[in-house]
Amino acid sequence: MATVTVRAAATGAAAPAARPRIGRGLPAALALVPTALIVLVVYVGCMLWTVRLSFTSSTLLPKFDFVGLAQYERLILNDRFVVSAQNTVIFGVLFIAGCLVLGFLLAVFIDQRVKGEGAFRTVFLFPYSMSFVVTGVAWQWFLNPGLGLEKLVRDMGFSDFTFDWLVNQEMAIYTLVIAGIWHGAGLTMAILLAGLRGVDEDLWKAARVDGVPPWRYYLSIVLPLLRPMVVTATVLLAISVVKLYDLVVAMTGGGPGIATEVPAKFVMDHLFERNNIALGTAAATLMLVTVVIIIAPWIYARYVRSKGRR
Amino acid sequence: MGSFSRFSACTFAFTLLCSTPVLAQEKAEVMHWWTSAGESAAVKVFADAYTKAGGTWVDNAIAGGVNARAATVNRMVGGNPPTMAQFNTGKQFDELIENGLLVDVEAIAQAGKWRELMPKPIIEATVRDGKFYAVPVNIHGQNWMFYNTKIFADAGLEPPKTFPELIETGEKLKAKGVIPIALGGQPTWERNLFSALLVGHGGADLFRKIYGARDVEAAKSDKFKEVAELYGKMRGLVDPGSPGRNWNDAASLVITGKAAMHFNGDWAKGEFIAAGQTAGKEYGCTIVGEGKLVIGGDVFVFPVTKDAGAQAAQQKLAAVLLDPETQLAFNKKKGSIPVRLDVDVSSMDACAQKSHAVLKDPANQVEATEIISTPNFTGAMQDAITQYWNTSSMSADAFVEKVVTAMRSAS
Repeated sequence: MATVTVRAAATGAAAPAARPRIGRGLPAALALVPTALIVLVVYVGCMLWTVRLSFTSSTLLPKFDFVGLAQYERLILNDRFVVSAQNTVIFGVLFIAGCLVLGFLLAVFIDQRVKGEGAFRTVFLFPYSMSFVVTGVAWQWFLNPGLGLEKLVRDMGFSDFTFDWLVNQEMAIYTLVIAGIWHGAGLTMAILLAGLRGVDEDLWKAARVDGVPPWRYYLSIVLPLLRPMVVTATVLLAISVVKLYDLVVAMTGGGPGIATEVPAKFVMDHLFERNNIALGTAAATLMLVTVVIIIAPWIYARYVRSKGRR
Repeated sequence: MGSFSRFSACTFAFTLLCSTPVLAQEKAEVMHWWTSAGESAAVKVFADAYTKAGGTWVDNAIAGGVNARAATVNRMVGGNPPTMAQFNTGKQFDELIENGLLVDVEAIAQAGKWRELMPKPIIEATVRDGKFYAVPVNIHGQNWMFYNTKIFADAGLEPPKTFPELIETGEKLKAKGVIPIALGGQPTWERNLFSALLVGHGGADLFRKIYGARDVEAAKSDKFKEVAELYGKMRGLVDPGSPGRNWNDAASLVITGKAAMHFNGDWAKGEFIAAGQTAGKEYGCTIVGEGKLVIGGDVFVFPVTKDAGAQAAQQKLAAVLLDPETQLAFNKKKGSIPVRLDVDVSSMDACAQKSHAVLKDPANQVEATEIISTPNFTGAMQDAITQYWNTSSMSADAFVEKVVTAMRSAS
């Protein structure tokens, strides 16, 4: 975030080229001081604080003793945390893949210059305007065997119809994926559609002259061109995977049993409900480390190495 | 927006400047989580009593016990505590006392003879180092079984007295197309059902050994396994729509005659009352098993403050809360029973009178998990219980194993 602002500010100031050097950097730097301070104190400071607390035996209030890796050992032996971690992987992979595929299909569909495009766009993007809490509650009602879909189909005469994923331990995590995709596919569509609109129409004409079928055109020509959009969408979706909390709380409450627990909920419950700050912060630290491990190579490849080459 | 907010900021600052010296004497800011209709009516009884005694009650209600407690602790640590704050009777405020953040009310307790009036578990849960550090205001019985009288009468069955009997009766009810047990399928209520079974079938002693002493031997005992097996059998008495259901929706299944029985604390009475039903008529309440009542409740604590006005307010509040009249009026609205056992409860409903009668015998008083167990261990037990309840293939032995792990690892 900060780097982006620096660049924007720098180019903005650089435009009138005749300005003296000092006047160029100073206002930008001054303008950045508050942001930099907030980032340092609030983000970095809280991160370090969290990591420090994870090595203590704090319960309700922070304590500053040192118990080594005891909390982490506890964490790894904790069924609920292990299930939470697995759930993040299942949800993350299916949710991101699902949103990208569905979002791309919707974008391609709208890109066919269909009638009432504006209406479709609004309808598809609409779920994204709802909070995860509303999404969760609505899907909870819809998938509840006694109230929603199952009852509806049974009342229509198909008395053998069963769709009890929400209350089934094995399948409940997939209901979260369904609700998540419903919520996130519209945004992916909007991002990819913006990309599609930027693709040169001559490409399409050339492909038609060469007799390339439409599916092949989209898959082999358009999709590679959309790479930056896909990356953007993936990053946005990945962020919502890591911070997944409200959807779970509203839809399943982590249940049935502990089948749909997620790490963020583990952290919140231990920090506030169970008076176990140390274990909660240990889980938070582990989440941070995981994210860093996944993102670091990507950041390196994208920013550090490419700069070196230039 | 600019001019408006500046205007209101000015007014605010002005009001603050003018009013501080006047109000500071008896102004009491009270943090609590009583936000539902019945609860806020109940807390209003306290507010009115305090106003009558000459104070100013500033209500600061925050929805959800967890949120309210977190806010209280944050403000205390931050040095800007409320005058009075709600907690549950038990260990929730232990560390606040250890860190010297709470004022004791021992002098008032001695003057009011609290030790003679309250049940022992409640006293023990509020006294640390020989001093009262909180004012208990009510007693909630947590292991009541509410039942629909019409369903039992129509089926020609009696409400069960023991848990093995309950399973038999439940099967019969199920065959008649009634949901035998209405359960809010959330970990808290699954644990509450287990606690009712543990104390009702396993006995008060086993209950204390498991939750209080974390006795591994007790967890491996035959009796505990028997309890676990009974709990496993109860899975079949719940309808498929149970997972994720709120407790009040579960209670309403009994109210509307779709389900026969519902285990819950006496706060569930509020739902029956709101539906216009009367205890002993449309619905009944009973304790299944040995007849011991698991009791918890709410307390108010007084954070340490340098403000002389707030200190005076704290002294006044401590006395007002336990006034017999106030106690009776408050607990009628709250659904609990007065924490003073000397209050005449004949004007309360049938369930409350039953509670009161049961608690007259000290042997029937069993401490709730909030009193004998840390929030952390209760949570770890809850994880084990909810896993067992929701995994029908899990054996009682595997559950016992999980309980033992929870005992060893939770702080």
